[in-house]
Amino acid sequence: MTKKKTFMDVVSTNRFIHTLMAIILGFLVGAIFLAVMGLSVGQAYGRLITSVTSLKGFSYVIVYAIPYIMTGLSVAFSFKTGVFNIGCEGQFVVGSMAAAVVGILLGGLPGIVLIPLCFLAAMAAGALWGTIVGILKTRWGINEVLSMIMFNWIAFYLSNFIAGIPAIHSDGSAEATKNISEHASTLLSKDLINSLGLAPTANWGILVAIAMTVVIWVIIEKTTLGYELKAVGANRYSAEYGGINVNRSILMALAISGAMAGLGGALQLMGMGNRISVFSSQEGFGFAGIVVALMGCSNPFGVLVAGIFYGALTYGGSKLNLVGAPTQLISVIVGTVVFFISISVIFENLKRIKTRAQRNAEAAAIRRAEEKEAQK
Amino acid sequence: MTNFINNLGIILYATLIYMTPLLYAALGSCFSEVSGVVNIGIEGMMTAGAFTGTVVAYFTGSPWIGFLCGGLAGALFGALHALATVKLGADQTIAGTAINMLGPGIVIMIAKVMFNSTDTIPLEASMKIPRLFRGVFDTGTVFGRFMDNVFANFASTYLVFVAVAVVWFVFYKTRFGLRLRACGEHPQACETLGINVIAMRFVCVCISGFLSGLGGACVTMAISTQFRPISIVGQGFIAIAAVIFGKFRPHGALLGCLLFGFCSGLKVVLGGSSGIDMQLLSMIPYVVTVIVLILFVGKSHVPSANGKPFIKSK
Repeated sequence: MTKKKTFMDVVSTNRFIHTLMAIILGFLVGAIFLAVMGLSVGQAYGRLITSVTSLKGFSYVIVYAIPYIMTGLSVAFSFKTGVFNIGCEGQFVVGSMAAAVVGILLGGLPGIVLIPLCFLAAMAAGALWGTIVGILKTRWGINEVLSMIMFNWIAFYLSNFIAGIPAIHSDGSAEATKNISEHASTLLSKDLINSLGLAPTANWGILVAIAMTVVIWVIIEKTTLGYELKAVGANRYSAEYGGINVNRSILMALAISGAMAGLGGALQLMGMGNRISVFSSQEGFGFAGIVVALMGCSNPFGVLVAGIFYGALTYGGSKLNLVGAPTQLISVIVGTVVFFISISVIFENLKRIKTRAQRNAEAAAIRRAEEKEAQK
Repeated sequence: MTNFINNLGIILYATLIYMTPLLYAALGSCFSEVSGVVNIGIEGMMTAGAFTGTVVAYFTGSPWIGFLCGGLAGALFGALHALATVKLGADQTIAGTAINMLGPGIVIMIAKVMFNSTDTIPLEASMKIPRLFRGVFDTGTVFGRFMDNVFANFASTYLVFVAVAVVWFVFYKTRFGLRLRACGEHPQACETLGINVIAMRFVCVCISGFLSGLGGACVTMAISTQFRPISIVGQGFIAIAAVIFGKFRPHGALLGCLLFGFCSGLKVVLGGSSGIDMQLLSMIPYVVTVIVLILFVGKSHVPSANGKPFIKSK
């Protein structure tokens, strides 16, 4: 007998609805913090909404979202395959530096050649960074979380080192690389930006991000490789027993995951940054990717939406100080959202409450029946 | 020779300075991981401790009350992590990520309200964690200067060595420690023997937060004098790495942190004297850690039940 799903059934089992509920709770907690601090909730949230809903604001949101979507895809892909890619940060950094080096040194090439070259260099660098960690794991059994944390910092200093090489370093006084060649830029044409009134950094990187979302979805859902990776993620021993080369799968998963993060670095650089500064602290695109992957339920299309949402929060959040609210409110809201996503099992208990109500009703029905029996 | 002894003194001093906050946090991480709860939120707990410690010290004038409150602030976030992971069966990695966002988010917001800036007001010398043995050694002689360099360290550094010994004793010589380790290896077996796994893990995660908070407070009350948003950048993750490096044992974590601190110290001295690029030198601690892992440590035994929520069977 198939039972028709009730509203509560859907609410208690659908992960996307859990995420929506977590988001609502996150804004609620944010509102409480605002109220405690004596700030106007309406003003702060109003500002948040108005700053992202205009055409210009929304184009900013999209620009902000591009790297988050890519790192989110990277982490989501790794989750599907049973590896936790906390090394996304480092892969992003080496990817963006690889794109910068190509974009500066081969700047004379026409865009149609240069841009794909930059993308490829970034993907290769990110994949390499992921694969090194994979080799350490498969060859020497070294815990991947540990080596990823190490390689995040190695990437950080490597990028700073490369930025200091004379051929790469800015000719001016800035502690940064040279600007990449105009040919490598993914910006929309000035006329288009001006006539539509878009953000000055509006670029077509989002199209690449959307394309990659589809690619990752196809890999996971429609290919043998994806099937093998998921099998290893679900249970590596039974996958091995089933004839899957587990070590190869781990390496592949990390390489693809790293390539996504690396490409994210390139898109950020070619669309928005134009050059790479000497870092003083980690920029956190990789860590944001973890959050985006979680909000997107590790589903590629979920990640796309979550990335845009996260972009909206960061861009909107940067405008919060205009109404006297601290920018960190966003971290609190997002942190709360992630916290509630982590305990989304409690939403499943909603169903249990329902069944308890049902059970009471059933018990009452039985009692009535018994009473009738007794009366006879 | 004199130069060498001087440099050695500076390296050892820097080793101890770098190591102290890491080791507090690493001991905290040990408690949590060994009891079976992955705690990736160490970083957020350290940030909470770093802010609270320096603020309380500023208002009370007492470094030790500040230090303690730093620990308690960490424990508060530890309790939040425990509530999610132990009581409500949350995914431990996700909950830890949430802590890492909430910790800095909340304290920086409070800082903005209290000080109208993301930085706190710097502590005066009397409010900082004191240096022990300052002025005990005669700095006129080479040996005296060496001893002064090494031992005129902050009290928190000496305390952390005591803490390692205490944690080691608790882990391996007490009934509590045996139960704690058993909870991380086979919680179901523990439960059948009448050990309250939920309570054990809850306490351990709180202790984990407390120690991480102390680690954070070391940064803002000893090494530096104020809290800034960049006070805690990655130390929590390095501490986790040190614990994995040390195969989830407190004395192993000590070795991991010492190695890491020593390489950082080496960087400081080499950066001043040799012509090698500072950015490349800065990689040394991370590269050496990976190399040592490959050569000497290899695979580490993760507590069997680590990361798996314990659901009490009915």
